[in-house]
Amino acid sequence: MAETEKKQEKEMEQKRVLKITDMDPKFKYEISKIPGAEKVMLCFQCGTCTADCPIARFDEFYRPRKLIRMTQLGLKDRLLSNDVIWLCSTCFTCIDHCPQDVGIASIIRALRNLSVRERDMPVVFKELASNILKTGYAYMIPGLRLKKREEQGLPTLPKANLESVAKLFDITGFSKTLEKEKT
Amino acid sequence: MPELKYLLFLGCVIPYRISSYEISTRKVLDKLGIELVEMPEFNCCGFPLDPVNHEMMLTLAARNLCLAEQQNLNIMTLCNGCFGILNHVNKELKEDKKLKEKVNGYLKEIGMEFEGTITVKHLIHVLAQDIGFEKIKETVQKPLTQLRVAQHTGCHVVRPGKVVGFDDPENPTTLKNLIKVTGAKCLDYMDEMECCGAPIIGVNAEIPLQLAREKLDHIRAVGAQALITVCPFCHMMYDLNQSRIERTFNEKFRIPVLHYPQLLGLAMDISPDELALKDLRVDASELVNLL
Repeated sequence: MAETEKKQEKEMEQKRVLKITDMDPKFKYEISKIPGAEKVMLCFQCGTCTADCPIARFDEFYRPRKLIRMTQLGLKDRLLSNDVIWLCSTCFTCIDHCPQDVGIASIIRALRNLSVRERDMPVVFKELASNILKTGYAYMIPGLRLKKREEQGLPTLPKANLESVAKLFDITGFSKTLEKEKT
Repeated sequence: MPELKYLLFLGCVIPYRISSYEISTRKVLDKLGIELVEMPEFNCCGFPLDPVNHEMMLTLAARNLCLAEQQNLNIMTLCNGCFGILNHVNKELKEDKKLKEKVNGYLKEIGMEFEGTITVKHLIHVLAQDIGFEKIKETVQKPLTQLRVAQHTGCHVVRPGKVVGFDDPENPTTLKNLIKVTGAKCLDYMDEMECCGAPIIGVNAEIPLQLAREKLDHIRAVGAQALITVCPFCHMMYDLNQSRIERTFNEKFRIPVLHYPQLLGLAMDISPDELALKDLRVDASELVNLL
């Protein structure tokens, strides 16, 4: 037990140490080319985003300020493999409060998009995407619900043009990403 | 007043599990003389896929905007998420020529083109701006003066402030004023603008439940008899998940969570059954008995 604790501590210590070789100096430029993330270099680390973030209050590790600093430093691998990037609830408080108009929530979205392209995505998004491809709706609406709508006098739900939806998945390249996930 | 007509964008969450919002909205808007046109076709607004592929979101949203343009009708949404996305994309495509060109390049493949001829509104914009408080007041037949409620406006209907440009994102008053029109008292409470947390519940359930617990706690502290929402996602966090929150944190709230049109409908003297109050998970019958 004590040994595993020691090992964990050592791992933590290693994580704390930043090596210059871990940094990708071009990463910030790569990110700033993504729409919505253009102003990543303007962040001067005041911490307003973190102070006002509802998620940061309930999670020990989710710190928007830190995510932006890591982006500036080019800690690409650490960022893209870190589950905390999936915790932003897009309340946009940070966007409204940032004195530098950095657009933090949009940068976090850019990091997520990149992480999906280069790595993986949380399983819930695969389900949502698959539902949209199959029905046009993000959730599989049960047949009983549809029947109940009739009973309640609600109009029939509009149908999706599935051919068009599938085509949009293809031309944006998202189909390929989903295919990659399967293999 | 000119005839008001909107293309109703229902979204996915409402037909999936929050029909009471749709039922009460249709009833109330009918009384106010609003005509709702159904979407000829539908696909998700794109909101759930923005985290994984921004362009996927853009094209899904743009396709819906094109459908509205073809109908020559403005869109009305009931969901804050759908409003946030459709309004943001609509404005961006209208303002950013390069982006419009790019998205239209995609849309061409499905025989569509974004032109930028319509606007996107949320139910509360339609109520407050297009119909107006005076007209709503005229339809109130049974003022709910016995009720003390709290409101949760939610995020995407006011934030980002620069994009939405409606109400004050730090202290929005529209929903409060809409509540006051019904005769009910709207109570202030701590951290009114705190997010419900719903968008991340598929990734991490613990944080949203804590956020929702805190909100219910603050609402209880001021003695509100009900919480009023205008978004199916937020509603899900406080109503559908309330018993789960009670179990998780060993607390008892039993705070009924009503969609705003349900409250307005009661003030219009529409029966609770017609407003689908029975469909709420947290029993609202005690509240109804007060009236």
